[in-house]
Amino acid sequence: MSLLRKQHSVLPGFGLSLGFTLAYLGLIVLVPLSAAFLKTAGMSWADFVAAVASPRVMAAYRLSFFASLAAASVNAFFGLIVAWVLVRYAFPGKRILDALVDLPFALPTAVAGIALTAIYAKNGWLGQWLEPQGVKIAFTEIGVFVALTFIGLPFVVRTLQPVLEELQPELEEAAASLGANRWQTIARVLLPELFPALLTGFALSFARALGEYGSVVFISGNMPMRTEIVPLLIITKLEQYDYRGATAIAVVMLTASFGLLLLINLIQKWSRRHHRV
Amino acid sequence: MKKLFSFSIALFAFFFIASSSAKTIELLNVSYDPTREFYADLNPAFAAHWKAQTGDIVVIKQSHGGSGKQARGVIDGLQADVVTLALAADIDALHEHAQLIASDWQKRLPGNASPYTSTIVFLVRKGNPKAIKDWGDLVKPGVSVITPNPKTSGGARWNYLAAWAYARRRAGNEAGAQKFVANLFKNVPVLDSGARGSTTTFAQRGIGDVLLTWENEAHLAQKEFLTEGYEIVVPSLSILAEPPVCLVDKNVKKKGTQAVAQAYLEYLFSDEAQRIAVRHFYRPSSPVIALKYAQHFPQLELVTIDAAFGGWTQAQKTHFADGGVFDQIYAR
Repeated sequence: MSLLRKQHSVLPGFGLSLGFTLAYLGLIVLVPLSAAFLKTAGMSWADFVAAVASPRVMAAYRLSFFASLAAASVNAFFGLIVAWVLVRYAFPGKRILDALVDLPFALPTAVAGIALTAIYAKNGWLGQWLEPQGVKIAFTEIGVFVALTFIGLPFVVRTLQPVLEELQPELEEAAASLGANRWQTIARVLLPELFPALLTGFALSFARALGEYGSVVFISGNMPMRTEIVPLLIITKLEQYDYRGATAIAVVMLTASFGLLLLINLIQKWSRRHHRV
Repeated sequence: MKKLFSFSIALFAFFFIASSSAKTIELLNVSYDPTREFYADLNPAFAAHWKAQTGDIVVIKQSHGGSGKQARGVIDGLQADVVTLALAADIDALHEHAQLIASDWQKRLPGNASPYTSTIVFLVRKGNPKAIKDWGDLVKPGVSVITPNPKTSGGARWNYLAAWAYARRRAGNEAGAQKFVANLFKNVPVLDSGARGSTTTFAQRGIGDVLLTWENEAHLAQKEFLTEGYEIVVPSLSILAEPPVCLVDKNVKKKGTQAVAQAYLEYLFSDEAQRIAVRHFYRPSSPVIALKYAQHFPQLELVTIDAAFGGWTQAQKTHFADGGVFDQIYAR
């Protein structure tokens, strides 16, 4: 208690702002989510298992999870390069490029889905060259991956940019003058500094991809057992007025996502402590 | 003070006159996707009709979307006065899940409460290069068929059941029908979530040799993509799709719009409305109008869902529920 009181005096307004935080998070996040849990609470265990573990749903988990993971990984790598270029170099058209990064945020996801499908379908700009080579993108798992990569990119770039801006170029110069080669500078000096932000960007991009619906359903083709994503199955269940089955899958996704985000947060905390001694 | 007094008198008089001369009533019609153009034409016609009869002005608002999604909206509290959906099962849901209407709703209007009907036909590419004449041609190797996903699309369920009815007639039993439908879905490369999505896949992405779709949607696509020269192929047998309409009792009682909403639904069966339906390629329910425009609608054998599948509830349970026949087709 005395400890708490001490904190009060150091930073005023703790009680009030914490109250607001809890009320706000509760209202905006917890209440709607707990509704999902309540709805499933009425199901018997056997019904729940049947709803969330049928082969078709399992196939969808696999696709949603691995496609999101792959998309977030690719975004982490290329997003880092994009952020690096945007922060470190001055070149004509930089502002336009910078604004372009936000487009996937602003675009309605259905528009993104339709645009991507139009490009990668066999009569599209890219599809007409790729399909004769045997590379099918629209209506395959690769199409799902492409859409998820598209919508996830800004998360990585926008989390990395401020951190990169904070990073002094002197740090690299010091490393160079102390005899580090370029690769060592990147691996030993820059990456450890960037790692927590990179991880956050990765996590955001991954979480967004898991929940994405609008852009994916157009390009995936929605074939059962092959290219159905989990959010589509939730919609499918709702379409049959199976509210409980739909919320059951939602609860599984929620729990899994929450677990993953928590894990990523822990890794981040650990890496920060590890590197900043 | 005096000024204010006379002003409020004037204001009061204005509202009194305005309210006594003509009422403005607002109706909300919650419908499904392909009826957009039809109701956009019909609503002004009804408004004129109602004004001539009662002097009141009626403004009809439309909401369109996938049939199941629209029904869920009404269940969840969307204040629809009338629903005009793709299949009876979606209106049944209003009774089952929310008690918004009585269970015998389909008996309250003529013709199973369906003012217009439609059927499932094929749309093929110019010159019909794969020579598709009937359902049997759809299972041939190398023929690519476009249909939406029956789990998410009302129209796709009609497609599926029409194929099933044809195959059962040919094979003579259910097992043969299931095999046929399974083979048909092996030729389907993409399952869009709705009927419009499938039309886009076929027409704009250039995928597939044949699109299974509503008769009115096929005509619309043909008109929309005139230069492509798509052709409509009418199979030997198809299904009679009856998109029903219904008053949402609880909502109209609350809003006091029962009389005008009922008149709106009855108007759908009038000659004028039936002619508008024909203009939008719906088959009219009025025998007189149907005879007059017979040349617009090719004759084919049409099975009904009640006779061939024991009604929507039964068909839904057997074929489209989780673990049903459609799921078995895709289970490995």
